[in-house]
Amino acid sequence: MKVDNIYKEEKKSAFVKLSEIIITMASRPSGLIGLSILVFHIILAFISPYIAPHDFKAIDPTLMLQAPSAEYWFGTDDLGRDVFTRTILGGRTALTITFFGSLIALLWGGLLGIFCGLVGGKIDDVVMRIVDAFLSIPWILAMLLIVSLLGTSTEVLIPALGFFYGKGIVRVARAATHDVIAKDFIVSARARGHSNFSIIWNEIIPNVRDAILVEGAMRWSWMLLGFSSLSFLGFGVSPPTPDWGLMISNARGLMSFAYWAVIAPIVGLSSLIIGINLTADAFAKALGIDRSTKAPV
Amino acid sequence: MMTDIIQKVKNLSIGFRSKKGDEILILKNISTNIKKGETVGIVGESGSGKSTLALAMMGYVKHGLYTIGGECQFNSSNLLKMKSKDLEKIRGRKIAMIPQNAGQALTPNLKIGYQIDEALQLHSDLDEREREKKISELLNKVRLPSPETIALRYPHELSGGQQQRVAVAMALAGTPDLLLLDEPTTGLDVTTQAHVLELLNFIAKDTGTSMVYVSHDLGAIAQVSDRIIVMYSGEIVLEGPSRDILKKPIHPYTYGLLKSIPKLSLAGLPESMPGSQPQPGTIQGGCSFFDRCNFSDDNCKNNSPKLEFLKDLNTSVRCFNYEKLVNENEVSQTVNKIKNKSLDKEILNLSEVSISYAKQKLLDQIFNRISDENPTVKDINIDIKKGETIALVGESGSGKSTILKSIAGLLRTKDGLIRFDEKRNLSSDLKERDPNDLRIIQLIFQNPDESLNPNHTVEEIIAQPLKLYFGLKGEELKKNIIDLLQKVRLGEFYMSRYPRQLSGGEKQRVAVARAFAAKPDIILCDEVTSALDVSVQAAVLNLLQQLKEDFGTTYIFVSHDLAVVRAISDRVAVLYQGRLCEVGPSNDVYKFPSHPYTEVLLGAVLEPDPDIKPKLVAEDIVEERPPEKGCSFQGRCSRIVGDICKKEIPPWQLTDSGNAIRCHIPIKELQKQQF
Ligand SMILES: Nc1ncnc2c1ncn2[C@@H]1O[C@H](COP(=O)(O)OP(=O)(O)OP(=O)(O)O)[C@@H](O)[C@H]1O
Ligand code: SF4
Ligand code: SF4
Ligand SMILES: [Mg+2]
Repeated sequence: MKVDNIYKEEKKSAFVKLSEIIITMASRPSGLIGLSILVFHIILAFISPYIAPHDFKAIDPTLMLQAPSAEYWFGTDDLGRDVFTRTILGGRTALTITFFGSLIALLWGGLLGIFCGLVGGKIDDVVMRIVDAFLSIPWILAMLLIVSLLGTSTEVLIPALGFFYGKGIVRVARAATHDVIAKDFIVSARARGHSNFSIIWNEIIPNVRDAILVEGAMRWSWMLLGFSSLSFLGFGVSPPTPDWGLMISNARGLMSFAYWAVIAPIVGLSSLIIGINLTADAFAKALGIDRSTKAPV
Repeated sequence: MMTDIIQKVKNLSIGFRSKKGDEILILKNISTNIKKGETVGIVGESGSGKSTLALAMMGYVKHGLYTIGGECQFNSSNLLKMKSKDLEKIRGRKIAMIPQNAGQALTPNLKIGYQIDEALQLHSDLDEREREKKISELLNKVRLPSPETIALRYPHELSGGQQQRVAVAMALAGTPDLLLLDEPTTGLDVTTQAHVLELLNFIAKDTGTSMVYVSHDLGAIAQVSDRIIVMYSGEIVLEGPSRDILKKPIHPYTYGLLKSIPKLSLAGLPESMPGSQPQPGTIQGGCSFFDRCNFSDDNCKNNSPKLEFLKDLNTSVRCFNYEKLVNENEVSQTVNKIKNKSLDKEILNLSEVSISYAKQKLLDQIFNRISDENPTVKDINIDIKKGETIALVGESGSGKSTILKSIAGLLRTKDGLIRFDEKRNLSSDLKERDPNDLRIIQLIFQNPDESLNPNHTVEEIIAQPLKLYFGLKGEELKKNIIDLLQKVRLGEFYMSRYPRQLSGGEKQRVAVARAFAAKPDIILCDEVTSALDVSVQAAVLNLLQQLKEDFGTTYIFVSHDLAVVRAISDRVAVLYQGRLCEVGPSNDVYKFPSHPYTEVLLGAVLEPDPDIKPKLVAEDIVEERPPEKGCSFQGRCSRIVGDICKKEIPPWQLTDSGNAIRCHIPIKELQKQQF
């Protein structure tokens, strides 16, 4: 009769936990919207090559800057290419590169942050100084340098983006580790004689994982913006591959008379960024992490 | 008559909405009056709603909670319906509050005088001159030495007790009619506690301010209140004159509570109360105390009792069967006598142990040595017998935890030897201990919230030592875990739970199970019951005692609560500033406190009995560091004999019963002057 429902909660499999988190996320309007947008973009990225009505690189001078019509839903650009086709394809590269970039950022940022939080003292100081020094360089300058030296291939872009967007994660991981390390269960594990590896793996990571994942999700949306800026500047994806940043850059001069060519990629890009942002926020809330109390990075 | 009442709480209900949308009550239909000049104590365990009630008395409802019904009338206007602009005029001026840890909540980078001045500007109409005078007046009133210099200090330059006094001074700045105090002495040292309460008593009498004390500590409440309100899961279960409630409680909860609090005068463990307070929103009709009640019958299961006012006793009680208790005599405490099975065999020996926190110079670092002329802990010599419980007592900062850390290998000693089982020397450096050395000594910590990994299930927590030391796997591992859970009186179904799904007492049991999983010879207990509710404390102590008798384990028990130490320990070592003052059998130390410091400590204990007043011998000054020369207690000793105490380290003197005392005053004389 008097059993409290929270006392009945049992250990759950990871799958059940994940689905519960997603359900919690979707139970708020903002979370639901964010998730829907994100899922929509991901699905689109997978199926767009099969549903694209036109060839994305087919140039047709006779069709230059056509207004939206039944045939060309979003009109055509200055080379007569179908804007709809290019828009639905334009997120694929960005999404893929930034997704893997974020994974790399999570990995190195998370590990370095945990390491610094764990060792503390001088080493921590020195490493954090270095990270701070890197933070103070405008990342876009550094990126331009890297890209101009090594080219704009995926193999260059993913690790480079991953590196620059991992710096913020180092901070969060370090702070979270600092909080955990002071707790008695760590002292207890040390006193029992567990190895450092076991302490990191069993005691620390489960307690900092959530904070790091949320930060990673946030970084993903920033990275998307960053990557698109690179494309916009001509250092990201090379033409004729459709890409929102590139499309916005090409069509921005036509804004006054062919707005359709620029509106569509802008909507695509901003909706994806908003979607990821809302999702990350809902994710944080569902995990019970209050981002507002975390120091801005 | 109405004017007599300063605060009238009427049918107050406060609650929140659960995730599922149910209304969950934190306070259930509370009605009570606070009269002018009266001090009222509100006692209850954590989660009973006592702080929520106190906050409502100043028109404040915590974020996330809302008022469901009822009112709090102050000067015949309902605070809970008042506009925030009008409330601002009342708060601080008419009603002031000293929140929990108020001392620590002082702004760290502002001088004391400035902070009090701010409070004065806000809550009074004095001009600058008058305020200046008032500041030193207030500091004087809270008995801070030399107000002029204190006013120029920063909070961190004051001791905990002094900070608390400043908080009191700030609360008095607006000359309030009603002062609310939330756990005003929790977290302070015994000696400081007694001094602060005595001061508050004096202020209440001097100014005629009505005071409402909120505390879980019946000992503190007993010293200050005229009337006591006992709360249990959001309801008032008993309300009446302080003396009657403490001497002849007629509600089963209060009765059981008083029985489960260890007393200084009694060796042995008090009887424990089963179970723990139900979570809000889980009671489904019937009396909320039903699960734990020794006086219940079928009626209690289905009907909830009303608060009934008994005119002849001037007491309100919420119980169907209170009559059974009316005829009981005073709370007669029965204790489970400790079976002392300690052998004569030495299990751990500390000799000449010194520990330093001083930052080491480069040269010392290179040679891996520690140099510090005046280390935090010095000259510790104790030998601990197999199967005994030895307690380390002393004020905060006396080095109790520091010594435990070195024994556990978590903190390097500067000098000295730690010898196990008469032959093996243990290094105080973890890395130099082999796994077996690590296994034989286990730790239990103060706060199970901190010592259990929130992301591990109970099963995973207890499995850790079993896997690490014995390499258990699969069925055997599981069997061992279930076994251990049974030993700490938890069912098998707890295995899959996370710490957040356990009550405080259950969590501490899991921590106990984890410690015993290693089959240790020695368990170090650092304040293991101080984070627990009073009614749960006795149960955990009894469990520890039972396990010890079953396994022959040796406990080294650190606690600031001298009554708890009295209850569980065979021997006591008294520490001041990292130096031993007295080591001896508990009976002896408690019956004839001989060392001047032991006398101070024991005198300051607050007992839940209005007839036992603390004796304030020495000042409650806190010393930053131990003195370089002479007796460690010289700075506060009221019996100091002169220069010799300042120059020479006092010798150990032995009494007939084997009590060792370190003081320059001859033993005969020490014992003569007892109070
Ligand atoms: N990490 C540290 N660095 C420097 N000084 C410390 C450190 N930890 C403790 N101390 C100091 O060592 C002394 C003893 O501290 P310890 O924690 O052992 O006291 P305690 O008796 O357990 O007190 P409490 O009852 O408050 O837990 C205190 O003066 C404290 O300020
Ligand atoms: S009403 Fe019954 S269950 Fe409740 S306290 Fe009284 S005797 Fe116990
Ligand atoms: S040695 Fe002197 S200062 Fe120390 S306790 Fe004895 S009388 Fe007091
Ligand atoms: Mg301590």
